[in-house]
Amino acid sequence: MKGNEAIAEAAIIAGCRHYFGYPITPQTEIAAYMAKRMPKIGGTFLQAESEIAAINMVYGVASAGKRVMTSSSSPGISLKSEGISYLAGADLPSLVVNCQRGGPGLGGIQPSQSDYFQATRGGGHGDYHMIVLAPASVQEMAQLTIRGFELADEYRMTSMILADGTIGQMMEPVSFDFEIQEAPEKPWATTGTKMQREHNIVNSLYLSPEVLEQKNIERYEKYAAICEKEALAEEYMLDDAEIVIAAFGIAARVAKNAVNAARAEGIKAGLIRPITLWPFPEKTFKKALGTAKQFISVELSMGQMIEDVKLATECRVPVSLCYRVGGMIPSPEQVFAAIKEAAGKAGE
Amino acid sequence: MDYQRITLLCGHYGSGKTNIAVNMALELRSRYERVAVADLDIVNPYFRTKDSAEDFTRAGIRLIVSDYANTNLDIPALPQDMYALVDDRELHCIVDVGGDDRGAYALGRLSPAIREENRYDMLLVVNRFRPLTPDADSVLEVMREIETAASLPFTGIVNNSNLGPETTPEDVLSSLPFAREISEKSGLPVVLTCAEERVAEALKGKIDNLFPMHLQKKPV
Repeated sequence: MKGNEAIAEAAIIAGCRHYFGYPITPQTEIAAYMAKRMPKIGGTFLQAESEIAAINMVYGVASAGKRVMTSSSSPGISLKSEGISYLAGADLPSLVVNCQRGGPGLGGIQPSQSDYFQATRGGGHGDYHMIVLAPASVQEMAQLTIRGFELADEYRMTSMILADGTIGQMMEPVSFDFEIQEAPEKPWATTGTKMQREHNIVNSLYLSPEVLEQKNIERYEKYAAICEKEALAEEYMLDDAEIVIAAFGIAARVAKNAVNAARAEGIKAGLIRPITLWPFPEKTFKKALGTAKQFISVELSMGQMIEDVKLATECRVPVSLCYRVGGMIPSPEQVFAAIKEAAGKAGE
Repeated sequence: MDYQRITLLCGHYGSGKTNIAVNMALELRSRYERVAVADLDIVNPYFRTKDSAEDFTRAGIRLIVSDYANTNLDIPALPQDMYALVDDRELHCIVDVGGDDRGAYALGRLSPAIREENRYDMLLVVNRFRPLTPDADSVLEVMREIETAASLPFTGIVNNSNLGPETTPEDVLSSLPFAREISEKSGLPVVLTCAEERVAEALKGKIDNLFPMHLQKKPV
């Protein structure tokens, strides 16, 4: 099935019965799939009048304690960013999918990874983070969607699936044999008091600066715990790697081919594929410093994740960039050439 | 298979229409001098017959496709020379119609002329392993929606059940009862069962109307 369809079906399996969205290439299959499936299973599919409306509908359902999602592509996510900030300010769990396309502005419809900053630094206003999950296969589109709902509920925050046009559109076999964690009790949800309890209020407005400061500090303590516990990365041929590629999503699949080509020529290359972009898997990078002589960040952007690679490795070895943008994708040969160049320098 | 002058390929998006269109066009060219493949997909701007433009040029096949296919322009544009399909009655054509009923609306513009000439096949491409068409009844639902949108009745079924590069001969064999059931319920013949060349090799002699396909793109 298609990557976008895998997200939609996985969301249904995770118990999501509310989808709000607005069509945009290359994620429209998610909305199309939900439009067909939701009415048949007693769920709600609603094509909102805009992305802004859709994200605020998400806020409503999340307040009522139900699993809810929206999806879009880059320009649409910019529109949703205000609402995502409100979700963060009200500590509401939700799932937002960004199937990225080339930017900035209207940009183009072909795949890109240039919303990395927007996803990992918040995108909207205020001090907040989202959990950002980066699938690299159609199977992971399904798996990380389910995990995204679980993490969102556990930490009361937004999980973002940061995919791209390639993974959204491509077709691979998928297994939906998952164990699902049921949504936890949500005593804070606005489900009606039935005259049995005090009113629950879901809100991101705090009149007292002292209280707002405290709220922010508590949220960042939660973020610190998430960084400690939830960072996730795939390691490939890393044990003795001197040239270490950092790449996520579709770029990591291209890079893996290049690593194989390098190994065939006796170059000790390896790959770190961050699966969580926030929290960034810093420990994996620090571990790789044991053998690494150079890191290469392979991205479909002008160099965004490279900043996190530099931070994680504290610039103790050189970090270079290998990229294509505008909807173009680097070839394994291009990445292999970058590895060879780095290996040459490292040998000098 | 015996080709009519026009072969229309319709089906659920992602059912494999484009790959089949490319393979059929190349086969058709071995029999006829003047062959065209037309891409009327107004739904999906990502996977297009235009990806095979070089192969077509080399084989002497005319490609009728929107100038905007494979670009960043995301509008449902039809090719300006699409009327050649019905105006030029010496041309043999394979037409890749867009996904679902939404895509088939584009065909409605040509269907009066196609009906009047009546030298066409309209084939429903099905893949049992696609999520929204796992059984015969769901396929029939899609089929009726497409016929209504296109204003043309189907004439046959193409069984293209596959799991991409992981497809085994057993997967294809397991789809035969599914195809038969669609055939019985719709009253239409299964005109082809498609399989990628490697899988088709193992299925030789086991399936009627087997259509070995050379896949357009290799998996990354």
